[in-house]
Amino acid sequence: MSRTVGALLRKELLVELRTLESVPGMALFAVTTFVVFHFALNQSTVSGQEAAGILWVTLLFAAMLGVNRLFVADADQGGFDGFLLAPVDRNAMLIAKALALLCYLVVLELVAVPAFGLLLLGPSLGQALPGLLAPLALTDLGLAAIGTLVAALAVRTRARDLLGPLLALPLLVPVVIGGARSSSELLAATHPGGLQARWLLTLGLYDLVFGLIAYAVFDFLLED
Amino acid sequence: MADLEVQVQAQAGVAVEDGPAIELEALGRNYGERPALAGVSLKLAYGETLVVFGPNGAGKTTLLRILATLLRAHVGVAKVFDESLPAQAWKVRGRVGFLGHEPLLYRELTARENLRYHARLHGVGPERVEELLEAVAMSDRAGEPVCGLSRGMAQRVAIARATLHAPELLLLDEPYANLDPAAIRLIEPLIGASAGRTRVLTSHDPMRDLAEADLVLGLRDGRVQLLGDAAEIGSEDVAGLYR
Repeated sequence: MSRTVGALLRKELLVELRTLESVPGMALFAVTTFVVFHFALNQSTVSGQEAAGILWVTLLFAAMLGVNRLFVADADQGGFDGFLLAPVDRNAMLIAKALALLCYLVVLELVAVPAFGLLLLGPSLGQALPGLLAPLALTDLGLAAIGTLVAALAVRTRARDLLGPLLALPLLVPVVIGGARSSSELLAATHPGGLQARWLLTLGLYDLVFGLIAYAVFDFLLED
Repeated sequence: MADLEVQVQAQAGVAVEDGPAIELEALGRNYGERPALAGVSLKLAYGETLVVFGPNGAGKTTLLRILATLLRAHVGVAKVFDESLPAQAWKVRGRVGFLGHEPLLYRELTARENLRYHARLHGVGPERVEELLEAVAMSDRAGEPVCGLSRGMAQRVAIARATLHAPELLLLDEPYANLDPAAIRLIEPLIGASAGRTRVLTSHDPMRDLAEADLVLGLRDGRVQLLGDAAEIGSEDVAGLYR
């Protein structure tokens, strides 16, 4: 299984490095959104719940760009058939795709979070950043599990660009709520607080449930 | 001595078993309401070649995809190496090499990267990749992305992909498409009659492929129009499928 996951992940990252179809678009979208918010809100800085909301919603929509592209090369270039012909555990593809999406999200956040700190965030990002790592990690896990599941479901349909977000967004709303609620006090301008453990726990459980669902049903999604 | 010979043949991926390698009984598959394949029954012994003729849309590719475990039959029975499809498909996959209309290669990856990827999936070492690149005369161009190769070159790489794991059964959908005569001679040891493997190949060229066939199947509109030993079927019979 690990050998197969390694082969798939390596191929996935190579294709992305060659085409640059997902990550640059995701990062550009996030930065552009922060610039738009900067002017649309008519205020130079945001903090607290407002800041958390802007950060997580922007990351969610930027992630959707990556989710939509996740299986496109496989569907269009026969990658599914090539994989299905091999005598391997089909869940290896789920794990590899989720890991690839996780890598994309980490790169996205390496660009988007500093940009957010620079363009919008009132309190110092340096102070909040260590605390943000846990909700970012848990949100990424949820986005990767649900995003991979939904992308696999949508990619073989004719309306995949529409169906992907339509299915994913309702399922990802709890992830955004968890991320925003757990970090809003951390981003407060005055008397910044700590992380909300209750929301982190909720996020973790939600990730676990959808991770297990994805593992249980992925094999059937690849079937004819 | 005989045991040793059987062992060597098995290691080379050459079929040594008795009985049918493929057994189909009243096989059918629909796309929506339209039957793509209906009532196909046949048996193909190990090491033999079945050539499937028929006009476009006759159901040739559907038949191949069912045998490759990529499609499910809607009615009837399909057995490959005595394993029922799709229930036992996982036992069959590693023993089948499939060459379809699409090369199943990632366009942005090089020929070598594509083959190494498939080699890892099949648990085959990188030395086999180099051996096959050499065999299809693509070593010099192996570092180029597939999108930069001609159709014929991509077809040669696809043939290398399909034979990477030395499959016992080759499912070949118009394998000579886009290949020039020199390339056809080049790939003969891999997928030709001399490879000694059980083969199912689709074709529109009775002049060339009847000579390779042990069994001939003619399809039209998904139904069997022609089925019999190659010795009993002539080019005229095959030509009748296209009228």
